[in-house]
Amino acid sequence: MTKRILIVDDEPNIVVSLEFLMKREGFEVAVAADGEAALKSVEEKRPDLVLLDIMLPKKNGFEVCQLIRANPEWQSIKVVMLTAKGRDTEVAKGTALGADAYMTKPFSTKDLIAQVRQMLDMD
Amino acid sequence: MLQGWVIASVSFAYLGVLFAIAYFGDKRADAGRSVIANPTIYALSLAVYCTTWTFYGSVGRAASTGIGFLPIYLGPTLMAGLWWFVMLKIIRISKANRITSIADFVSSRYGKSQLLGGLVTVIAVVGIVPYISLQLKAVSNSFTILLHYPEIVMPARTGAQPLLQDSALYIAMILAAFTILFGTRHLDATERHEGMVAAIAFESLVKLLAFVAVGAFVTFGIYNGFGDIFDRAEVVPKLKALMTVADSGASYGSWWSLTFLSMLSIMFLPRQFQIAVVENVNERHLARAIWLFPLYLLIINIFVLPIAVGGMLHFPDGGVDADTFVLTLPMAERQEALALFVFIGGLSAATGMVIVETIALSTMVCNDLVMPVLLRWKALRLHEERDLSGLLLSIRRWAIAGILLLGYIYFRAAGEAYALVGIGLISFAAVAQFAPAIFGGIYWKGGTRQGAIAGLTAGFAVWIYTLLLPSFAKSGWLSLDFIREGLFGMTLLKPQQLFGLTGLDEISHSLFWSMLANIGCYVAVSLRKRPDVVETGQGTLFVDVFRHTEGAESSRFWRGSAQVQDLLPLIGRFLGPERAQEAFLAYARRRGLASIDQLQANADLVHYAETLLAGAIGGASARVMVASVVKEEPLGIDEVMNILDEASQVRAYSRQIEQKSRELEAATGELRAANERLKELDRMKDDFMSTVTHELRTPLTSIRSFSEILLDDPKTNLENRKKFLAIIVKETERLTRLINQVLDMAKIESGNAEWHTAEVDLHEVLEESIAATSSLFSDKRIGLSMNLAGDVPKVKADRDRLIQVMLNLLSNAVKFCDEDRGQVTVRLSVGADAVRVDVEDNGPGIGEADQNTIFEKFRQVGDTMTAKPQGTGLGLPISRQIVEHFGGRLWVESSPGEGATFSFTLPKDGEYDARKEER
Repeated sequence: MTKRILIVDDEPNIVVSLEFLMKREGFEVAVAADGEAALKSVEEKRPDLVLLDIMLPKKNGFEVCQLIRANPEWQSIKVVMLTAKGRDTEVAKGTALGADAYMTKPFSTKDLIAQVRQMLDMD
Repeated sequence: MLQGWVIASVSFAYLGVLFAIAYFGDKRADAGRSVIANPTIYALSLAVYCTTWTFYGSVGRAASTGIGFLPIYLGPTLMAGLWWFVMLKIIRISKANRITSIADFVSSRYGKSQLLGGLVTVIAVVGIVPYISLQLKAVSNSFTILLHYPEIVMPARTGAQPLLQDSALYIAMILAAFTILFGTRHLDATERHEGMVAAIAFESLVKLLAFVAVGAFVTFGIYNGFGDIFDRAEVVPKLKALMTVADSGASYGSWWSLTFLSMLSIMFLPRQFQIAVVENVNERHLARAIWLFPLYLLIINIFVLPIAVGGMLHFPDGGVDADTFVLTLPMAERQEALALFVFIGGLSAATGMVIVETIALSTMVCNDLVMPVLLRWKALRLHEERDLSGLLLSIRRWAIAGILLLGYIYFRAAGEAYALVGIGLISFAAVAQFAPAIFGGIYWKGGTRQGAIAGLTAGFAVWIYTLLLPSFAKSGWLSLDFIREGLFGMTLLKPQQLFGLTGLDEISHSLFWSMLANIGCYVAVSLRKRPDVVETGQGTLFVDVFRHTEGAESSRFWRGSAQVQDLLPLIGRFLGPERAQEAFLAYARRRGLASIDQLQANADLVHYAETLLAGAIGGASARVMVASVVKEEPLGIDEVMNILDEASQVRAYSRQIEQKSRELEAATGELRAANERLKELDRMKDDFMSTVTHELRTPLTSIRSFSEILLDDPKTNLENRKKFLAIIVKETERLTRLINQVLDMAKIESGNAEWHTAEVDLHEVLEESIAATSSLFSDKRIGLSMNLAGDVPKVKADRDRLIQVMLNLLSNAVKFCDEDRGQVTVRLSVGADAVRVDVEDNGPGIGEADQNTIFEKFRQVGDTMTAKPQGTGLGLPISRQIVEHFGGRLWVESSPGEGATFSFTLPKDGEYDARKEER
């Protein structure tokens, strides 16, 4: 069964690159450009994994993560935070809010793919 | 018909009441429940200033000079305004030094000089005797007039009567007896007479009531109010002239000199000094006296003119002396009771003055004249006498009798030379001589004993020559030749036109020369020599009294050894052994000791003994007496100066310490603020770094991703390859732009930016900028309109930098406008001193809260956590820095939904001041 991935970022060029990468790995990809659209998409599409930026319009990545974790039906959804803010406090905050992994931009595409595959138990 | 015995018995009854009040006051004082510890009583007792001279004489003077009687009351009123500074200081000094009279005050100030105390006493006695004789004359005259009731008969010339039939003699004797009873019942170290003060306050009320009663009777009883009297007076030319200040220069001159004279008198008449300073219970009472006493003077003067005018209308032929109008008007109207009341009022004015004045003078005569002489007179063996207090009291009693006798003699001899007012002024001019020594003494440390002696002597001599001797001459004692021709026939020495000075009345003339001589000698002689040890010490205690309020201070200027067994009997000899014992015991108790035996005879005790003694025999004699039983080691002037220096150094140090601690506090505050500011800057730098990092990482993310994608799969299809490479190029550009702007900003902020300042034509700048951004406009199909003023002066600025600002504003406007519907307007206008550029768009607008934040670095509209920045977030901050660098201003006006207008101004050429390195 094809795994579904939701990409949440408001930088169009980053979305393009992530979408290309994930599709190349054979995932089914959905895209959201802000926090509210992300939650809507989670509800509708039930992704297996969310690539979540932090600096987002409407609702930021931390809030989105918190809301996903608050819903018992969404416990199995993996959350990988991707952010340009690399400070320790932000990493800690993300993990505390229930993110499964935290990657700092700019990331290595190979590492990202490996991380995603590992989380979806595909190796 | 008022019988003589009726008048006499009413008078005695009145004196009896006075005595009862005084007796009651003394009893209460002994019981520790003072009746005079009351500011109103203090103020009323000060009205001892108003004697028969006021009671009868004001009307007399008003009848001859109109309102010329007023300066005598104007002066004290003005002086009362200064009391809070001058009188308070004198009171404080007197209390700290146990001053008992004005002679004591002057002698204490100038190193406890016996000679000076004696000199002041002589001046006071000689100066005041005429004044006392004036009281005798007034009482005797009023008695005689009243005796003829209802006929109005002017008294015969004094001296015409045989001695034993002269009522004035009996009045003088009665007053002497009464004063002795009042003032010398016992000896007190503080020389205070509470009962007497209570009686004086009562007398002030009586005379005020009596005078107001006559005034009201004349004004409203005989005539129909003030208006009526003055209307009638208008018709009589002689009276009309009284209503105005005579307009000759001499008249104004005498107004000034009389005002000045009475200002000094209210301070330095011995009776005023006695009441205001010596009898003062609490210096805060002064606060009420400052307004209540002038009010008293005002009330007692209201009816002076109506009575004077009424009297002149009533007795037009001039047969009745105007000095007697107060009494003769009620008599002419057959108002027996009122006339008697007036007589009592006059009597109270006279007795009040005589009692206080003679008590004050007798204290001075005893302490500063007689005792010093007796104590030096070894033959009397006074040093061996065990109890001198009885001797002291009898000296004072004899002094009182003697002073009144002198007053009577003067009355017999010279009483007719002047009207009542004239005599009073002679006394005023005499006591005015104390002014330089006292004012100088409390405000100038440089005044010396020799200076004070020289000044007083010179002033007194001039007074005698220009006022006293002429008054003798006019009384027939001396030939009038020296007045008319000058001494030894030298016209320059004419006593009333000294050195050819004319155009002044005799009082002003005397005042001028005596004050000139007095002040001149005082200052000149004082300046010739430095004050010696004792003078320096006393001078400091007096001048700096508000800093040395602790009474013990002056003991610091004494060093030596003494025995309690010597001091106690010494004090006992003057105060009586029992009182001395009591006083020492009280002193011991205050120190927490059980008995006198435990007392140490240190400097403090010696000082205490001396002040005790000073109360009884005056400061100068007390010093001599104490010095006779203690072994003094004289202090050198250097030591006294050291003590003073030490005290002032301690004060200076503590001031410095206070100052330093205030400075420290301020510095700490500044440091704290600076630290906060640094923390804030640090936080801002941290935020800035974090934001810059974020802004750099974002384009790098795309660049790296696509590079890796292309590297992984060289066979990516052409379309994707093109697309990805285009993104890489764009993000690289973005990255470059960002780095440039950060560096630019840093350069401007650190002041290292290069500015190519020149004359810039804003038209060119706008056109160039618009041309450069035209593709942005056409891409989004946004309209651009221009409204540029034609004749715009050049500005001094950096052309490229201004283009940078314009590009930023224009690209912002495009960025926030909707495609197709967007409209941007550029305006250029000229104001009073600046050129202005506006860039207006019809985008979403900016909320008020954001209108300032958009000019902060990396702060764009909206919450940074949720809103993705469009652009670097450095454009506006940089633009603002540029505009401000050239002395202009950049701001935004907007309301949400209605677009935004960014405007900046630049000063017109020539008004730009170099602000380059400011930020």
